Amino acid sequence: MIKILFFARLQEEMGTESIEVEKAGYTVRDVKEWLADNHQLSTISQTMVAINEDYANDDDMVNESDTIAFIPPVSGG
Amino acid sequence: MSSDLFTITDQPISVEEMTQKVIRPECGAVTTFMGTVRELTNGKRTISLEYHAYESMAVKMLEQIGQEIKEEWPDTLAVIAYRKGHLNISDIAVVICISSLHRKPAYEANQYAIERIKEIVPIWKKEQWADGTEWIGDQLETTAYPEGKPPKGGSL
Repeated sequence: MIKILFFARLQEEMGTESIEVEKAGYTVRDVKEWLADNHQLSTISQTMVAINEDYANDDDMVNESDTIAFIPPVSGG
Repeated sequence: MSSDLFTITDQPISVEEMTQKVIRPECGAVTTFMGTVRELTNGKRTISLEYHAYESMAVKMLEQIGQEIKEEWPDTLAVIAYRKGHLNISDIAVVICISSLHRKPAYEANQYAIERIKEIVPIWKKEQWADGTEWIGDQLETTAYPEGKPPKGGSL
C-alpha cells in the first residue's frame, strides 16, 4: 500500500486528506495518470510531488509504505 | 540543526523571542523580516485568511533553507517561524531573523529566505475575500512545474 496526501484545492476536490491504494511500484507519472483517470483531478499534472517529504520527479518510483504528497503551487510568505 | 529554529505554529509569533534566538556576542547585525496579511491585492479586498501547511514537510523545508543559508553565508544564524491557521488583516504570518558579523550577509540571507519560502515550503493560503473564498495559487506566477518539482536553489 502507498499513502497519497492531498492539499489545498486538491483536498477539496477529493473531499479527503488522504487515501491508501495498492500502487507500490508505480512511478510518480503513473500515479498522476491514475488519479487523473479515476478522480478527475484536472490540475494534477501541474502539481509538485513529494515522496516521504522530499520533492520527487515524474520518473521516481513509489515504493511499498511510501507517502506521496501532491502539492499544488505553494502560496506562503 | 536545532528544530526550534525552524517552526510552524498556530500561535502569534513573538518577534522579540525570535530576535533573541539569533543575537550572539560576535554579531553586529540582525535583520528581521515580517510578512503580514495584506488587505488589498490587485483591487480585491481580503477579510481574513487561513494558512494550511503540510506541517512535517514544511518544517523540513524551512530547515533546508536554513542549511542553504549556512552554506552561502557561513557566519549567519537564522530562525524562521511560520504561523498557520486563521489570520486577520495585518497579523504576522512569517518572521525571519538573521544575525551576522556585519550587515550585508544578514540582509542578503533574509531576502533569500523569503524567496525560497515562496518556492519550496508547502504552505497554502485560503483567502476569505469580500466577494467569496478562493485558494491562492503560486504568487511567483509560475503555476506549472514542468519538471514536477520546484527549481533547485534560489537566485539573488
